[in-house]
Formats: sequence, structure tokens, C-alpha cells
Amino acid sequence: MAILVVAAHDGKTVRANVANAVAAAGQMGSDVTVLVAGSNCDEAAKSAAAIQGVAKVLQADDAAYANWLAEDIAPLVVKLAPNYSHVVMAADSVGKNIAPRVAALLDVAQVSEAIQVVSPDTFVRPIYAGNAMATVQTADKVKVVTIRPTNFKAGATTGGSAAIEKIGGEGAKGLSSYVGAELSKSERPELTSAKIVVSGGRGLQSGENFKMLETLADKLGAGLGASRAAVDAGYVPNDYQVGQTGKVVAPDLYIAIGISGAIQHLAGMKDSKTIVAINKDEEAPIFQVADYGLVGDLFQIVPELTAAVEKK
Amino acid sequence: MKVLVAVKRVIDYNVKIRVKADNTGVETANVKMSMNPFDEIAVEEAIRMKEKGAATEVIAFSAGPAQCQETIRTALAMGADRGILVQADGELQPLAVAKLLKAVVDKEQPGLVIVGKQAIDDDSNQTGQMLAALLGWAQGTFANKLNVADGSIEVKREVDGGLENIKIKMPAVITTDLRLNEPRYASLPNIMKAKKKPIETLAPDALGVDVAPRLKTLKVEEPPKRKAGIKVKTVAELVDKLKNEAGVI
Ligand SMILES: Cc1cc2nc3c(=O)[nH]c(=O)nc-3n(C[C@H](O)[C@H](O)[C@H](O)COP(=O)(O)OP(=O)(O)OC[C@H]3O[C@@H](n4cnc5c(N)ncnc54)[C@H](O)[C@@H]3O)c2cc1C
Ligand SMILES: Nc1ncnc2c1ncn2[C@@H]1O[C@H](COP(=O)(O)O)[C@@H](O)[C@H]1O
Repeated sequence: MAILVVAAHDGKTVRANVANAVAAAGQMGSDVTVLVAGSNCDEAAKSAAAIQGVAKVLQADDAAYANWLAEDIAPLVVKLAPNYSHVVMAADSVGKNIAPRVAALLDVAQVSEAIQVVSPDTFVRPIYAGNAMATVQTADKVKVVTIRPTNFKAGATTGGSAAIEKIGGEGAKGLSSYVGAELSKSERPELTSAKIVVSGGRGLQSGENFKMLETLADKLGAGLGASRAAVDAGYVPNDYQVGQTGKVVAPDLYIAIGISGAIQHLAGMKDSKTIVAINKDEEAPIFQVADYGLVGDLFQIVPELTAAVEKK
Repeated sequence: MKVLVAVKRVIDYNVKIRVKADNTGVETANVKMSMNPFDEIAVEEAIRMKEKGAATEVIAFSAGPAQCQETIRTALAMGADRGILVQADGELQPLAVAKLLKAVVDKEQPGLVIVGKQAIDDDSNQTGQMLAALLGWAQGTFANKLNVADGSIEVKREVDGGLENIKIKMPAVITTDLRLNEPRYASLPNIMKAKKKPIETLAPDALGVDVAPRLKTLKVEEPPKRKAGIKVKTVAELVDKLKNEAGVI
């Protein structure tokens, strides 16, 4: 049976992690359909159709879908679900919001943040902040699965030419309405897809001091992340948080600066290819996962490092 | 308005968990248990609503073994009025907990249910959304700030790009994110007072809920370990390694 991938998008293009979800879906079955629900989302539907491995795109245009309210999107997915063996979403803030609502309406379990597809009904997922890996099997007729994007290599996002079929919307349920957003503006690469991530913790001491990391990040072409402590203290916005309950990143290079390395933080970055830790406490747990550790004062090291690296 | 909060008993977030040798789960014997941190935030938010006059009664719900009484007591010591324990000894998965919560909601008719965004043991992030679905209610997930207005509630949500504001109809389900509030510690007098607050114990059967797990756990294993790295002495050495050894800059 076919697999339904539910895609988040901004109206123009589907999110980068949709290609990861398509790749994961391709391991659950062979016939991958992508649902693009939105308001005036022709462009987004086209971007989904161009992803390698997509057999078909369903485009549901309805004013109710403009802002991804779970109460309105879930009934559409539930209506389509019986035609599919799996409903798959990326485990980002959209997928985490909508997929469980879909699962409960279908009276099925959800597999959260799968990192491996063992077989079409069996998945590996991290539990306890990634300190244990559970292999779980589901017997439900429709399997609702969110996948951790960093664990599934995306195929090409151009060149595909899946057919786009327009379907009707279900309208608004009137339970919720969108008021607005306060999005962090940044020219830097997005945290979850950046090749290099520079991340700061409580050791930075202030939001002002984070500018130092911005300079380093810009020179490296890196995304900027943070520990929970740095976010809680108001140094940086909430969407910078890397960890068990924030974002999961797996760049080629992760530079942890003034971060102690609590398990909740490690859960979000320990799959990075190369990890660098800069910390004045040589006992800091972050050094246990770091490929290269540098013990010292970040206020001295970061400017030196910034001067030493070549601009990308 | 009554507010129902869900409090889960989990292994304390400071404990380094150990996978059982037979790969059936993680070691829980003689391990410190606490209230799921996101649920402390849920309890705090409900109590603040009561203090502001927006709520009349705060009910703490927990599902699991008899020891969940302690978790409920913690909520009562923080300021919740009474507790409901649905006692069940086997594994409870999010869909089952959502069904138990729905049964209690049907009985108690709260105007708001507040649960944590995620239990730090199973890391599912499902229960609140599932409950909202089963009730046909609106959901305000990953809440950073709440503002209860007339018959509706404004929710500031923590999302991938920053913050998002939505307005949802009540009754509703809220799931808490880390920045919603800073939970209080229970004072000694309040801990004493909490001992006298009532806790009702129910059974899943009596609520008409089948709690049998839907997902079968085939095995639980240790994650792969990273190989130990090295300490470098200088920035120059670090840059050299990153360029010539790791090839990442
Ligand atoms: C439910 C729950 C969920 C959580 N989720 C997350 C999550 O998703 N992500 C996350 O990150 N955390 C999370 N945490 C928090 C986590 O437990 C830690 O508290 C947090 O990661 C600590 O942040 P930190 O390393 O920046 O601060 P600290 O632990 O205070 O460490 C600061 C470090 O900076 C170093 N330092 C200070 N000054 C200097 C200097 N001048 N030069 C060099 N080094 C210096 C210190 O030696 C220290 O190691 C969660 C906790 C809970 C309970
Ligand atoms: N057994 C339980 N008892 C009480 N509350 C629970 C239980 N399981 C889950 N919850 C609630 O649901 C939230 C999300 O849990 P989960 O969906 O398992 O990540 C938790 O923070 C709790 O508020």
C-alpha cells in the first residue's frame, strides 16, 4: 500500500525535512504520496513534486489550511489515511503538533521520532533523552510515524516530476485561529540543516556576549544554537535550543562553547560528525563526547578562533 | 472553572539511566523517581490561574502504579486541591493515558486540561494532542504564555522558527513548554497540609478504558558510544585538526 507523507511548507516550498521524510517513507513502502495542504499552495505542491522518490502529490487548497492549525489539518489527513499503510511526518514542531491528533482520531498508536526503519511495522526510536534505543512494533492498520530528519538522508529535491492531484479541503472547524508569529530573523543557515553549528551556553553570561558567537558563526557559514540555560536566561530566542526537548542537529561540525554537556543537551547533538568543546572546566561532561576539547576561557579562545579560521 | 493537570511519575531527570542486561527496558529498581518536569510547569500554571481567580479548583491526575500517589501528593503540596489516581501496573502508552484522561474529563467537566509537552522517559510528545483529538477540543501545544480570556484562551507557542500566537476556544487542552513559568517549591506547611487532601483511586476497567499497549517493545538497547576524543592545547592546534584531520573547515 502507498505511504502518505504530510508536508509542512511556507506556501512556496515544502520544508527541507520533507525530503528526509520521503526518504524514510521510501523504506516503509514503495509508493510515496505527499500531501500539501495550504492556502494558495501551488508553488509548494510543485516543490514537493520535484523531490526524488515522490510518486504523487495531493494538493488541498483551503483557506482553513493557511496556518497549519492541527484542529483543521488533522481531519483532512484522517479522511485520506484509510488509503495508506503509513502516515509519515517529520518530527518538527508541525509534525509533533499534528501527528498525534491524527493518530488518536484513527484510534492508533504513534511512533514518535523514529531514527531507523527496521521493517514496515518495526522502528527504532530513542527514549530517555537518547540514553536508550527502543525497537517497537506496531500492528495498527494505519501506522502513524514521525521521523527524526537527521537520521534519514534526503534525496535530491529537484528533477522529480510527480503528478499533482488537486483535492478539496474540509473547511475550518472553528476551534482555533491564528493570530500571528514572532519569528527570529536570521540570515544564517537554519540550525537543523546547517553543516556547521556554533552553540553557546550559560558560560556566555549574556545575550550581548552571544554576538561573539555570531561573528564566529558568520565566518564559518554556521548556524547558531544554544543550551536550554542560555535560552531560559533570555540570551537567545527559544528556537535556538538544542537538545532532548529542543532541536536535534547532526552537522559535520558542532562547536559547544560554555556548555557543560548535560544529557538533555547531548541528546540533541551527539550524532554530529565532529564535536568541539570549549570550556574552562576540564571535568565538564561535554568533553566525554568531544572529538577535540579545548580547556580555557571562552572569552579569550573565541576571538582567537574567529581570527584563525578563514572566511567561508 | 475546574482545571485538570496530568502529572507523570518518571525517573528523575538527574539520574543516569541504565539499560537492563536482558534488553527488556531500563533499570527502575532503587532509582529516584520524580514528577515529570513539564508537569511541574503544568501544575504551577494551574495554581496561578486559581490564584488569579481564573480557576476554581485544580485537580491532579496520574496514571500508573500505587506510588503515583507520591507524585499527586507533590502536586497537592504545590497547591492542587485534590487528586485522581488511575491505578494500573502495566505499561501505559500515550493513547491509553489520553483515553483515561478523557474518561476523567467526561466525569469532572473541567474547562481546561494542562499536561506536559513531553514525558522525559518515553519522549513521546503525544498525550495532550491525543486527548484534544478524543475530546474534539482545541489544543494549545508547547505553550510559552497563556492568557485566559472570555471563553477562549490566547496561547503563545514555541515553534521551530520562534513563537506563534493562536487563539483557541475553551474547553481546551494545553501542553506546557519550558518557558511557560518557573514552578514553585512546596513549603513545609503546604506539604503537611497536602497529606489531608483527598485522592480518589480509580481502575481503568471502571472507566471503561482498555489500556493494553498498542506498540510492542521488542528490545531496548544502549545507544552506540562515541569514541573518546583528545584535548588540544591551543587554538592553532584546534584549527589544524579541524582542517587537516577532520576536514570540516
Ligand atoms: C525537562 C528538561 C528538559 C531539558 N531540555 C534541555 C534541552 O533540550 N537542551 C539543553 O541544552 N538543556 C536541556 N535541559 C537542561 C539541562 O539539564 C542543563 O541544565 C542545561 O543544558 C545546562 O546548560 P549549560 O550547559 O549552558 O549551563 P551550565 O550547566 O551552567 O554550564 C555552563 C558551562 O559553561 C562553562 N563556562 C562558564 N564560564 C566559562 C568561560 N568563561 N569560559 C569557558 N567555559 C565557561 C562552565 O564550566 C560550565 O560547564 C533540560 C532540563 C530539563 C529538566
Ligand atoms: N501515566 C501518566 N500519568 C499522568 N500523566 C501522564 C502520563 N503519561 C503522560 N502523561 C501526561 O502527558 C504528557 C506528555 O507525555 P508523553 O505523551 O508520554 O510524552 C506528560 O507530560 C504528562 O502530563
